[in-house]
Amino acid sequence: MSTELPVLKPADFGSDQDVRWCPGCGDYSILAQMKKALAEQAFPREKTVFISGIGCSSRFPYYMNTYGMHSIHGRAPAFATGLKSVRPDLQVWVITGDGDSLSIGGNHLMHALRRNVDINIILFNNRIYGLTKGQYSPTSETGKVTKSTPMGSIDNPLTPLSVAMGCDGAFVARSIDVNIKHLGKTLLAAAAHKGASFVEVYQNCNIFNDGAFKYATDRETKTDNVLELEHGKPMIFGKDRDKGIRLNGITPEVVELGKGITEDDLLFHDEKASEPTLAFLLARMRQPEFPEPIGVFRSVDAPVYDDMLNSQIEAAREQKGTGELDALFNAGDTWEVS
Amino acid sequence: MSTTAPVNASDRPVENISSATVRLAGDSGDGMQLTGSQLTNTSALAGNDVATFPDFPAEIRAPRGTRAGVSGFQVQFASEDIFTPGDQLDTLVVMNPAAYITNIGDLRKGGTLVVNTDSFTDKDFRLADIEEDPLDDPDLENNYRVIKIGMTTLTRAAVEELELSTKIADRCKNFFAMGFIYWLYGRDLQPTLTFIEQKFGNKPEISGANERALKAGWNFGETTESALSTYHVTPAKLEPGTYRNIMGNQALALGCVTAARLSGKELFLGSYPITPASDILHELSRHKHFGVRTFQAEDEIAAVCSTIGAAFGGAMAITTSSGPGIALKGEAIGLGMILELPMIVINIQRGGPSTGLPTKTEQSDLYQAMYGRNGESPLPIIAPRSPSDCFRTAIEAWQIASKYMIPVLLLSDGYIANGAEPWLIPNAADLPEINIQHPGPREEDAEPFLPYLRNEDLARPWAIPGTKGLEHRIGGLEKQENTGNVSYDPDNHQRMCELRNEKVQKIAEFIPEQEVFGEQSGDVLVLSWGGTYGACVTAVTRCVSDGLSVGHAHLRHLCPFPRNLETILGNFKKVLIPELNLGQLNTIIRSEFLLEAETLNKVKGRPFTVTEIEAKFR
Ligand SMILES: Cc1ncc(C[n+]2csc(CCOP(=O)(O)OP(=O)(O)O)c2C)c(N)n1
Ligand code: SF4
Ligand SMILES: [Mg+2]
Repeated sequence: MSTELPVLKPADFGSDQDVRWCPGCGDYSILAQMKKALAEQAFPREKTVFISGIGCSSRFPYYMNTYGMHSIHGRAPAFATGLKSVRPDLQVWVITGDGDSLSIGGNHLMHALRRNVDINIILFNNRIYGLTKGQYSPTSETGKVTKSTPMGSIDNPLTPLSVAMGCDGAFVARSIDVNIKHLGKTLLAAAAHKGASFVEVYQNCNIFNDGAFKYATDRETKTDNVLELEHGKPMIFGKDRDKGIRLNGITPEVVELGKGITEDDLLFHDEKASEPTLAFLLARMRQPEFPEPIGVFRSVDAPVYDDMLNSQIEAAREQKGTGELDALFNAGDTWEVS
Repeated sequence: MSTTAPVNASDRPVENISSATVRLAGDSGDGMQLTGSQLTNTSALAGNDVATFPDFPAEIRAPRGTRAGVSGFQVQFASEDIFTPGDQLDTLVVMNPAAYITNIGDLRKGGTLVVNTDSFTDKDFRLADIEEDPLDDPDLENNYRVIKIGMTTLTRAAVEELELSTKIADRCKNFFAMGFIYWLYGRDLQPTLTFIEQKFGNKPEISGANERALKAGWNFGETTESALSTYHVTPAKLEPGTYRNIMGNQALALGCVTAARLSGKELFLGSYPITPASDILHELSRHKHFGVRTFQAEDEIAAVCSTIGAAFGGAMAITTSSGPGIALKGEAIGLGMILELPMIVINIQRGGPSTGLPTKTEQSDLYQAMYGRNGESPLPIIAPRSPSDCFRTAIEAWQIASKYMIPVLLLSDGYIANGAEPWLIPNAADLPEINIQHPGPREEDAEPFLPYLRNEDLARPWAIPGTKGLEHRIGGLEKQENTGNVSYDPDNHQRMCELRNEKVQKIAEFIPEQEVFGEQSGDVLVLSWGGTYGACVTAVTRCVSDGLSVGHAHLRHLCPFPRNLETILGNFKKVLIPELNLGQLNTIIRSEFLLEAETLNKVKGRPFTVTEIEAKFR
């Protein structure tokens, strides 16, 4: 590869297609941060692939000037697994929605994560079905009144990160559409991680679920409601950075700093912890009892599916050579007819 | 090597016969499949043509001794070209009463019945739901040559010195039965002795026991008076060359590995286990050194989606399943069709609907292949006719898929998949190259790349990720002609639907013309497809040699049909369509050619017998 790669700007990662999301949709911000992140990481554009399912969020690949596939509802991780199996040289991103990944596609998400395929899964969580015009989704809060639930939904919602953790996700993170610096940083960390990376992005659907994450984005409230995780740092939050998370037995609790409680009493974030137990506890922390953590919950090294698949091919070749058709045909008992 | 005398050559009177059909039937734990396949291999090595029909029980371990647990393996070996495993049995081996009761109807009058009398006790009758000992029937000896052998006792005695548990000793009785059949048909013991050595070599007591049981079975025939004469089937006059036995699924797997090599590709298989397709996954996973990547997906949807992903990445990608799995794949196959990416979707048909008869054969997924997707979604369909033919069919499927940038549906069935026959091994160097071109990189300032610009075959370019300047997006939304950008334009949609359909029709220019066997015009044309080939061609051969005016067109291409098919249909007064379904090809032929054909339909989970087809003419 030549060392003088032309430096690409964020705009170079945009396609010539008109972006068709509703004005004000959180997806715009994620698109912008993605272009920036790709320009910054400087990975060859022609080796970058976006694969999505179906949903508003899944229109994403059309707007990127990379290779891309807008596939079918819920199955993007499976397409990505096949592609990555034969083309480990590519950087493959999966773009999905809360319905796409957790309703119809729950099975594929689960298996891509536990196999640890080297792909980056970005879940746009707007807690609603956007494209089909506003039915509740598997992340909608119980009691949600929508077109399909006039008396309120009765389903218990899923926490995407708990699902990811339950599948032994090796890289699990969360960010927010409008928290642009944090989002950019998180996308880059996901890209840099070898193995399956899972990022949930809180995304506002201003048409069908406006303000779903207001508590986490409003100037007034966000510092009290969001805890930014940093590796090796104590878990402190609040407008005046005077609150923290402490472990009481196996239960996290919010404490106020001062009055005999110091930073050393707090939980320190360790994204490299081999057991996901603490990361799982963090994923369960929800408003209003707790601030909701963002950042990298977990980032550990684990054997990567496509690496192992291809090492088996190499090992077989070392043992048996690259394969001769004639030898393959003539294996076993043969006989001559003259 | 085929002409060398058996190691234990018998000096009894030998009757020369041209073919023999033998079925071994016993409990699924009795090892009948192994016994049958050994007899097949040995017969093939002796230069006979062979055709097999393994018949598995539906349950993996049905209660011992019950009718549900009966497993059978039928083989015909012959001194002439044969195409079926035989209609009626010349010899039937039954290891218990359940096997007797479920199989005796297929033994021809005067045929040989070999019985393991040790498992004909009251308890065995109860398990088989039989009132009294069927061997007591006075007519039995009049109808058949009955050879009663206490196989369990004799096997135990043969392996006594090894001091094995009776459980292990009893497991060898299939080798005893095999030894006896080998004696009856003058088969060489050596290939099976070698097999025993290879398979059980690391367990000396097991290999020793099986070897003793096999020889004891042979010697029993040799020393008892029970059989009057043995049989000899002379070698068949097959086309010169090197042969091996091959089963349909194995041949499909080898065909795919070969097609990948011939086109300079690496093979990817996305699959989810299902009877009777799983053996392709098993076989391909053993050929990693050929660059074969097999992915056992979480379900059939993931299997086909991973296949499309691999195709996008530039691999030769295939997915394998059976009817229920193909139903799950439907939506994604439609995506593969509108993306216009090459791949092969293999359906090893089994008895349906729903879970149906998983271990039995049928041809009832033709409608599913033709019409089983939403929207205007035609796809080419190709069907092999016999186990060894699967090899060539897989290669042809890939030729079509890669030339026309389209998923090809390949319809095999359980009968072909598990059946075996001799395969004339090709020389790799004689096989045709499959030429695939990917567009190369482009400069920044070049004209924009058009991923849906078509060539004279109406195929679009296969541009693969990693190629500079060809970055493009594909998807399931309707795309604008040439650019591939999303388009909701009404006229464009109509045009694109027509173009995709026209592309499929154009494949008729590539596939060979239909050949007719037997009479080229006349009274009746037998029009068949897929796994019924053997029964149909044999029936037609007999009719033609009896002076009847019959021709046979066996379709390998079901969509599009061969370009001369309409003419052929017009050359006969009547068309007969035999199918293992309720008339699916018939409906398609009627709608395509406005032709009212006669039908012969069977959905019993079993292949046609030659007699069933022939009966339509007599
Ligand atoms: C097989 C199938 N079933 C249903 C649909 C309809 N559908 C399209 S998107 C969608 C839900 C999308 O919700 P989500 O994944 O949250 O994406 P969002 O639009 O909110 O970004 C549904 C039900 C479909 N396209 N395909
Ligand atoms: S419906 Fe909601 S999610 Fe979809 S584009 Fe509009 S604002 Fe965005
Ligand atoms: Mg959504």
